[in-house]
Amino acid sequence: MITSFPKLLGATVVTLKLLSLSLFFGLFIGLLFAILRLNKNKIINKFAYGYSYVFRGTPLLVQIFIIYFGLGQIEYFRSTFLWVVFKEPYWCAIIAFALNTGAYTSEILRSAFQTIKPGFIEAGKSLGISNKIIFYKIQIPIAIRQSLPAYGNEIILMMKGTSLASTVTLMDLTGVAKYIISTTFKPIEVFIVAGGIYLFMTFIIHNSIKFLEKKYGYQ
Amino acid sequence: MELLAFGKTGWGDELFIATLMTIAVSITAMLIGFLFALIFTPLKLSKNKFFNLIANSYTTVIRGVPELLVIYLFFFGGSGAVMFVASIFGYNEYIEINAFITGSFAIGIISGAYSTEVFRGAIQSIDKGQFEASQVLGLKRFVYFFRVIMPQMLRLAIPNLSNVWQITLKDTSLISVTGLVEIMRQSYIAAGSTRDPLFFYSFAAVLYLLLTFLSMKLINRLEIKYSRGF
Repeated sequence: MITSFPKLLGATVVTLKLLSLSLFFGLFIGLLFAILRLNKNKIINKFAYGYSYVFRGTPLLVQIFIIYFGLGQIEYFRSTFLWVVFKEPYWCAIIAFALNTGAYTSEILRSAFQTIKPGFIEAGKSLGISNKIIFYKIQIPIAIRQSLPAYGNEIILMMKGTSLASTVTLMDLTGVAKYIISTTFKPIEVFIVAGGIYLFMTFIIHNSIKFLEKKYGYQ
Repeated sequence: MELLAFGKTGWGDELFIATLMTIAVSITAMLIGFLFALIFTPLKLSKNKFFNLIANSYTTVIRGVPELLVIYLFFFGGSGAVMFVASIFGYNEYIEINAFITGSFAIGIISGAYSTEVFRGAIQSIDKGQFEASQVLGLKRFVYFFRVIMPQMLRLAIPNLSNVWQITLKDTSLISVTGLVEIMRQSYIAAGSTRDPLFFYSFAAVLYLLLTFLSMKLINRLEIKYSRGF
């Protein structure tokens, strides 16, 4: 139990890297698709809805497998410069995670944008503020505050999702835990240590979101 | 399309059976989850601090630890635990547990944690007057739970339970690591032997989408049924 701890702690770094990179890219994807969802053009709207429907309706495991095993099959794709990125399991996992969390984030942000009272935007307009500044200075700050609790849940779900990176040969926390279990046959001890690390991360994420909620809350 | 032909030449029938397996595992896991929720929801709502602690640690641990890790625990530790229990009763042979049972149990425990939270929330949001009114009317505990609280709770719980169902359905894809032949495992086998992973994994995604779409349709009907009069 004690000997496995440093190994698992080392693997936690991989998990955290995967998590932060996919959240970073996912946030941009989510924001983009949330804006597309609110677009009045029906085709753009449907496209954004389809994206989030497909990524939320299929298991993350399928998405990773399609990107990692599937895309490599296309001959043409292998000759493009993108292949440098897609041949690495590490980047494939991050792309899959980012697309997945992007779909959920877009839904969270969309509903946050929709709950903004029209009065705020009208007030901005009547003060003669340009649309761009209304968007950046009024809509985005309110939307961020509205979506914090839901986004906190999404971060925790994504942290659990990074465990799937172990299925494409990456040695993250779950990958290393599985390796130790299958070599030592001590599933319960390893589960307690690895699960404890995950729980600790959940605890930290949960509390920092609570802190942010308080800081940016209405009170 | 040849690849999806039924019979010996294609993978159509295999994938069809695998889809049925996914549905079977999801339903079993969901029911096991309800069983866990039935135990832990009262514990969560009880006034006893010790019971609260047990129920809270169950839901916190399960919801804070990756599903895959729980599945590995059951996959590698399941038969060991059963053998230990059996050895107490004097049975010392090797026992191998079926992948279906391990898988649906692991997913069931996860889904149970989510269901517990849903039921807790639903019961807590029922108006207090309803409890008091049934007491004043002198209804028996049994009647008052099943005829007064249950129908109101279900109305509130069904939309959230449909989310739990979606999570459970998607989580079953993770059981493929234990070798149970459901959609994901079958696609893996098919992709390996035909060297066409893009097609088979995309087809698996379509199957999952179909399952989520159809189950949403069914749940919507239930929702309408239980929100009569509101």
